Formats: sequence, structure tokens, C-alpha cells
Amino acid sequence: MSGPIQIRSDETFTLNVGPQHPATHGVLRVKMQMDGEYIVKAETVLGYIHRMHELMGENRTYPQVLPNLSRLDYLGALGYTHGHVLAVERAAGIEVPERAEYIRAITVELNRVASHLFWFGAFVMDLGGFTPLMYAIQDREHILDMLEAVTGSRLTYCYYRFGGLYNDVDDDFIAAARAFLPRMRKSLKKYDALVTGNIIFRKRLEDIGPISAEMCRKYGATGPVARGAGIDFDVRKNEPYSVYPEFDFDVPVYHECDSLARYKVRMDEMEQSLRIIEQGLDKLPDGPIMPKKKPKLIKPPKGDYYQAVETARGSFGIRIVSDGTKNAYRFKLRSPTYSNMSLFDEACEGMMIMDALAMMGSLDLVIPEIDR
Amino acid sequence: MSLTILNAVVAVVIAIAFAALNAAYLVWAERRGAGRIQRRPGPNVNGPLGLLQPPADGIKLMTKQLMIPGGADKALFMVAPVLAMAPAITSFVTVPFSDTIVAHSMNIGVLMIFAFASLGALAILFAGWGSRNKYGVMASVRAVSQNISYEIPMLITVITIVMMTGTMNLKEIVAAQSGGIWNWHIVPSLSSPLMPISFLIFFICSLAETNRAPFDLGEAESELVAGFHTEYGSMGFGLFFMGEYANIVIGASLITILFLGGWDCPLGLFPGVWWFLLKIYLLIFSFIWIRWTFPRTTIYGLLNLSWKILIPISLFNLLLTAGLLKVF
Repeated sequence: MSGPIQIRSDETFTLNVGPQHPATHGVLRVKMQMDGEYIVKAETVLGYIHRMHELMGENRTYPQVLPNLSRLDYLGALGYTHGHVLAVERAAGIEVPERAEYIRAITVELNRVASHLFWFGAFVMDLGGFTPLMYAIQDREHILDMLEAVTGSRLTYCYYRFGGLYNDVDDDFIAAARAFLPRMRKSLKKYDALVTGNIIFRKRLEDIGPISAEMCRKYGATGPVARGAGIDFDVRKNEPYSVYPEFDFDVPVYHECDSLARYKVRMDEMEQSLRIIEQGLDKLPDGPIMPKKKPKLIKPPKGDYYQAVETARGSFGIRIVSDGTKNAYRFKLRSPTYSNMSLFDEACEGMMIMDALAMMGSLDLVIPEIDR
Repeated sequence: MSLTILNAVVAVVIAIAFAALNAAYLVWAERRGAGRIQRRPGPNVNGPLGLLQPPADGIKLMTKQLMIPGGADKALFMVAPVLAMAPAITSFVTVPFSDTIVAHSMNIGVLMIFAFASLGALAILFAGWGSRNKYGVMASVRAVSQNISYEIPMLITVITIVMMTGTMNLKEIVAAQSGGIWNWHIVPSLSSPLMPISFLIFFICSLAETNRAPFDLGEAESELVAGFHTEYGSMGFGLFFMGEYANIVIGASLITILFLGGWDCPLGLFPGVWWFLLKIYLLIFSFIWIRWTFPRTTIYGLLNLSWKILIPISLFNLLLTAGLLKVF
């Protein structure tokens, strides 16, 4: 605990954390007004890799903008393309075969595990422990290999199509996924023993970086950040989409509001994702992966459409305002990290810099997704 | 007269060579060890087992330009790396490797090593302050407060041992422990039953004194970029790096001498320099092992550990030993 802090505002200095700084994991800049090791005031400065994805979404046809979505969040790219195809399918009224939906759910969950694994490694590295990153990357490698075999790419996937998938999964993928499940469960136990139980690790996170439920509501934080603050909200449960209602899984919620709670949420989520993958592999039906009838040119009827999905970082929403042409009139992305990050300024006031950066790590920021 | 000068020169050359070689090859050992711990090969391209990696790194560092940032305090900036390396090498002069192998056996050996070890904190302070970098200043302030608070329990522990042996000469401290593992200071004795705890305290303090993980707050790379040596490149950085490893060797040697019986064999047979080297390299391996296993502590956690736990325990141990020495 940092204890009560007396800030002498007459002896402060400005510290530029970023845009190139090991703790920001990208080109995020935080302008910190410091009093020694304590943060008086912080101001996040965005826009270093702004690429106007929303405008691109308005100037291009719906299929053309699909690969852009995986450039938002390079760690959990499938979740974002999933959101886009679901939104356009809802807008254009395209039916999706059941097999395609199951494969989508399996691959999205695999991607979520990969994303959380990388976050786990990077987070522990933020705290000064380098080794877990290497273990996590090795487990993630199995997922990337599997996904590469079916999707053709390792990071910025463009696997889903409007109405289905680009490529069916083969027996090799299913066998590899089945073999992966027990291995990953074993790894999670190992991480628990190596990291979660470590006294230094716990001391650095327990009661540090409190983010209350009110603050989450104020800034619109979702995903593991909100669930670590005791808000039981998961788009997969609360606004079900795809085939998620068919699966039996829990939403881990912790009420401690500290950095450790957010850590635990993500670690538990990996287990739940493994459960979903297991059920998906069991239930995977035969059949086509693309619908028989699909419009050649996608022109959704006039209207306003919204689709939210639960990505690894929280609720990702796509709003498409269509004027009936092949381009969207308005293409709005609601990215979870943007909201999660915006509470950092308020939450880190009065904290010590090392605790604040640990808290920033627990938010799981992916900068391209903030800047879009 | 000329013979003593020759002796001194030879001793100094050997001390420097030993320190520099150790510093260079401990980097290699650390990287190989980290590789093994992290299930990857580590450096393995240059030479067999990557053994030519340290010379290659040395050549690279020496051929790079030394940049001095604008607004930096030039004198302090240039002095700091030298000050990091030189005391570490000098300390080797008084370290006894065996009964016969010691450059200069001094009656105040313990005191001298600690005096030189505290200069390391000054080097860090100069580096951080002189480079005029906010991260550097923050890191150096951290490192200095850390060094001060960990020297206290360390010295109290040493006083306990000096009280028990009645000498500050490192050679005599080892001689007092000869004859097998049951005579070593790590084993609780009648006059000092808390010695294993003292050993732990001393071990933790050596980690903190050498700025090693989990106490590497001075260079905490995920918070303070590279801490006090943020602005250093080329051989300035290289000297800090080598100084760190030379300090680790000194720390391991001190632990060996004070607690593990120096060059004494655990069974009391064939004492010799190999036992000493075996012990210090085992200790260094444990340093490496700890670094690649634990995350970093916080600055207040670190200070709390020293002032609220280590210092009271070591003080208690000191009083207990003093009392028991009087009784027995």
C-alpha cells in the first residue's frame, strides 16, 4: 500500500512516459505531472498511429474494409473481424450455416486465449519478471500454428466472410485443438504456481490500482476491467450472438477492484475459453461453411445497424449506417481499449509511478486499437 | 623493495584480469542460464557454446561512439562508469581465494570491502544526476536509498561474525571455520543459534546491494527505461555492466568467506581454491536463478523489508550473540 500521500504541488516536474517507453507497449504517450515518485496528474496523449479506419470504412465497400478490422487489435484480430461480419450479416440479412458459426466461435476463443497469454507475459514483464513471457509465447505459438493452418496468417487474420468462412477446418486442426486443450490446462496450473502464488507478485497487485464500478460506468469500461470491478457484464452472455447461447461457460467476476482482480479475471477467462473450445469441438456439426444463396454485391438496406461482440479486451461495437449503397454512410467503431484507457488519467492520480504502470499493464492496452 | 613492488603489480594485474574475465563471462553465463530457464538456447552462434560472445560484445561496445547528452554534467558523467568498475576490482585485492592465494591479506579486510562497496552507490548517483535525465535522477535516488537501507542489516550481520571470530581479517575468519561443514558460520552454533537467518539476511542484502533482481529498482526497465544508465552507450554502459558482475563476484565471495567456510571442504578434506570457486559459482548461479524467476519489488516494499524486518532481526541476532558470547 502506498498509504496517505501529501502532494507538494510546488515541487513537481513533468515526465513524458512515451511515445517510446517500455511500459506503454506501443506509441502511447502519458504526460505525467510528478512529485518525486508520485503522480500528481496524468494526461494520456493519443493519435500517434491514427489511421482513420472509420473513414476508410466509409470510402470502401464492406468486403474491402474487412481486413482493416484485424489491424485494429493485432493480438485478438479474429474477434474484431467477427464483429464486422456479424454486423454486415445482420444489416444485409445473410444467413450463416451452423458449422461456420461453430468454427467462428472456436477460432475466436483460441484467439482470445492467445491474446490473454501474450497479455499475461507482457504484464509480468511490466512487473519485472521476464521468464513467464517466454513460457506464454511458447503456448501461444501452438495456437498461432493452428490458426495459420486454417486461416493462412498468423496475426492479422482475414478468415471470416460475409455468410461464412474462407476455408473449412480439417481433421488436423481438430486433432491439434484437442491436443492443445489438456496442454494448455497444464500450463495454466503452472502459471498459477509460478506467478499467481508469488508473494512479490501479489504484493505488487493486491489493493493497488483500484478501479471502482462507478469509474467503469463513467468511462464505459468493459471486458476484464469491468469484471474485475464486480460488474457482471459479458456480451457473450448479456447480448448473445453467434452460437454462444449453446455453450455452457461462466463469466468470471471479481469484486476486489484491484490489479490482481483484473489479472485473475483474465486467467479464469482462459479456462472458460478452453471450455467453450472443447464444447465447440464436441458439437461441431457437418455441413457447408458458406450459405447457398449470397448476394454478389453486399448492399444492406437503408438503416442503422449495431453489433457488439466480446473481444479479448472488452465489448467491441460496430455501428453501420447504410444508405443502401455498397459503401457505408457512417462506419463507427467502439473499441474497448479506448474506454478502458480513458479511465487511466483519473485512476492513477496520487499513485506511485511503478504502481501506476502496473495498473496500466492490467488494463491490457493495445495502442493501434485505441487510435484506430 | 623492488620485489614488493613487483609483487604488488602482479597481484593487481591478476585481480584485474580475474575481475574482468569474470565480468565478461558471467554475462555469458547469465544469458545462457536465462536461456535454459526460459526454454531457449541463449547465445550459441559465436564460437562453441557461444563462448566468443563476450569478446564480440566487448569489441562492439568499445568501437561505438561515446555520446554525452547536451546539458549533462560532463565530469560526473565520465567519472561514474569508472567509479562503478574500479572499487569492485580493488576489492579483489583483499579477497583470499585459498590459504596461500591472496593478493594482500589485510587486518581490516572486511571493512575495506564494505568501504569500497559503498562507492558503488556513489557511481549510480553520479550517473543518474550527471546525465540530466529525469528517469536517471529518479533511478539514482531510488538506488541510493536502497543501498543505504541494505547496508545497515548487512553490516550488523558482519559485526555479529566479527564478534564471534574476533578478527576483521578475511583469512582468519575463514581459518576460524576450517575443519568441516559443522564449523561453518551458516550452521547454528552455541554462541549464535540464529546464524542460518543471518545468512539469509546477508544473502538478500547482497542481492539488493548489487542491484540485482528482484531488487533492480535502479534500472527497472519497464518503469524507468534503463534507470541510471539510460543515457550511457558504448563502453560507459559496458563498464556499468561489468561493474555489476564484478560486484556480484565480490558479493558471492563475501558470503562464501563469512558463512560458507571459504576454501574449506564440507567434510574437512582437501581444502583448496577449487572449493572456494565452486562455492562462489554456485552462489552466482543462484543469483541468476532468482533474477529470472521473480518479478521486481516496489520501492516501498523494498524499504519496508529492510527497515521493518531485516534490521530488527539482525539487531536481535547481534544482541543475542553478544549475550551468548559472554555466557559461553
